[in-house]
Amino acid sequence: MTEPTTTPLNALAEPEITRPPRSQWHDVWDQFRRHRGALMGGGFLILITLGVLLGDLIWRLDPKGLDIQNRDVRPIITAIWDSSAKVSWGHPLGSDNLGRDHLAQIIAGGRTSMAVGWTAMLLTMLIGTLIGVLAGFFKRLDGILMRFTDLVLSLPILPLLLVAVTLFRQPLVKIFGSPEAGMFVLIVGVIGVTSWMQTARIVRGDILALKEREFVLAARAAGTTSRGIITRHLLPNVLSPIMVSATLGLATAIITESALSFLGVGFPSDFPTWGKMLADAVPRMQEFPERVMLPGVMISLTVLSVNYLGDGLRDALDPRIRGR
Amino acid sequence: MLTFTIRRLVVAIPTLLFISLMIFLLLQLAPGDPMAQVPLTVPPEVKQKMREALGLGEPVYVQYYKWLIQFFVIEPTVFIDWLTTQNRLFNWLPDTDLYTPCGPKAPADCDLRVLSWQNRSPVMDIVIQRLPQTLTVVGLSYIVGILIAIPIGIYSAYRQYSIFDQVGTFITMVGFSIPPFFTGPLLIVVFSVGLGWFPSIYDTTHRVTDWDSFVYQMRQMLMPVMVLAMQTTAQISRFMRAAMLDNLNQDYVRTARAKGLSEAVVVIVHVLRNSMIPVVTVIALGVPGIFGGAIITEVVFKVNGIGAYLIDALFANDLPTVMTISFIFAILIVLFNLIADILYGVLDPRIRYD
Repeated sequence: MTEPTTTPLNALAEPEITRPPRSQWHDVWDQFRRHRGALMGGGFLILITLGVLLGDLIWRLDPKGLDIQNRDVRPIITAIWDSSAKVSWGHPLGSDNLGRDHLAQIIAGGRTSMAVGWTAMLLTMLIGTLIGVLAGFFKRLDGILMRFTDLVLSLPILPLLLVAVTLFRQPLVKIFGSPEAGMFVLIVGVIGVTSWMQTARIVRGDILALKEREFVLAARAAGTTSRGIITRHLLPNVLSPIMVSATLGLATAIITESALSFLGVGFPSDFPTWGKMLADAVPRMQEFPERVMLPGVMISLTVLSVNYLGDGLRDALDPRIRGR
Repeated sequence: MLTFTIRRLVVAIPTLLFISLMIFLLLQLAPGDPMAQVPLTVPPEVKQKMREALGLGEPVYVQYYKWLIQFFVIEPTVFIDWLTTQNRLFNWLPDTDLYTPCGPKAPADCDLRVLSWQNRSPVMDIVIQRLPQTLTVVGLSYIVGILIAIPIGIYSAYRQYSIFDQVGTFITMVGFSIPPFFTGPLLIVVFSVGLGWFPSIYDTTHRVTDWDSFVYQMRQMLMPVMVLAMQTTAQISRFMRAAMLDNLNQDYVRTARAKGLSEAVVVIVHVLRNSMIPVVTVIALGVPGIFGGAIITEVVFKVNGIGAYLIDALFANDLPTVMTISFIFAILIVLFNLIADILYGVLDPRIRYD
């Protein structure tokens, strides 16, 4: 801005021009910043993601490395109230009955859990958005796609997930060569295929309302193809509900993967994920409660922060609430 | 209203058929072979006979059709026979004999029930034995959850942004985020191992005969019920709060206050009744989800309900049992969807389009 002139006429002329134009995302960020829980949730999610991605660069122990002499080490904090406990700075969070380091396992397990969560969430959003857009935009597909969505919504999801994962484990492991890759594809696939319905419904509703608006009519009058209208005019406008349901999808995917691992149908036993670690720790939780606590707290904190993030996003992206 | 209900009922039937077909095909595609455990010394033609005895020799559509007959015709006849002859409540009905069991001297058109591959006994018998455990734990937890959730939701909406609301919202968010397979072991560590207040394993052979055994039953039910109720409470109180907030700023509330009605009447009679419309449907729609959660809770607390049985059958590759239990879950889902739809129609005349 230039130096304000002293003439009153100039100062009165157009004072609001002095403010730089604000974009929609600027407003969204301002509203989001006011939601303290969402900020903390978002920050914590970034922290965990960075931690599991880069953690093994700092903490260089091998999560599968056996250290028989230092097995069943308690977390270092146990020494405060129990001086006879077996603790070691080499394993600050303790080690399991084969001497595998817990911190390294938490990092490695978190990487798997987060990878499954993010990939399954992206797949869910992809399927949900695709079906929602098709049903909302093309009237001929609407009836059949929405009936199909209703049908899938009334499937018993958890039993079916269990059945699918148990029954298709062997062939997929064979196809992908390694048990980890096969299980990863299988779990991500079944979570994606069984949790897209809410997103599809929300997207369809929004598309139905949007496609009657004047700007879509204008785009059509200008000769834009259906494909162009969808990608350039409709999809940017349904981005915010998709983002909100994406957070919910991430939380559900992490919990579902952990639940499958907990019930013993998840990843192979020497491959740590948070749910697997929790399940393995349950039989000996009387002697070593921290082995249940660590992965459990990690799952809960991650899901909690994702849920808070979703809450904040919902408020920030809702134009009726924003600016109040 | 009647046409609305009938229309919903008619839609439910193809839905159930579709779901049964989906589950059936999923199990058909499964590569697991029930004969895999049979020793290699058994000659192939005997194996083929065994396969046919399990109903595996025929084409898929014949198997599906037979399964449908078994599940929707034969099992109900067994149930009706049992109801009219042995059940105490319906004993007065004339005794029926619809079911002709298969045996060495049975006629050719005898009725074959859905048999478990694990123990060769009818699946439904085991399900009926185990269902009460699941229903008591799940049902009680749902009721407890609703009873806790609704007052919390009402009060935190009424005093929005108060300390109670802040704390309540935080606690429900935490309850919403902590999965049952973590709260279960956590409660066991704290209350069974640490404090020794409650047993960690649910004893289903326990019979309530006097006051002491009743107290024991309550103590062993408390933890599984609380784990499940926590999920319910978190979800429903969030919905309750949102619905109350939507209604509290409406014009009719101002009118009610302007008429000089007391706050209690305004909130409980006017606002609460309107806010209950979405909440009631959420309650009905949440029932299937709670059964899913019950699978995990049953495994954690070793309650031998149908959820734990499903897991057992899955690991034993016992497909008829898996199919039956999954389908029972599907029936529950469709049933409660139906109840939610009808309740919505009863409570809110605006959406009754008949």
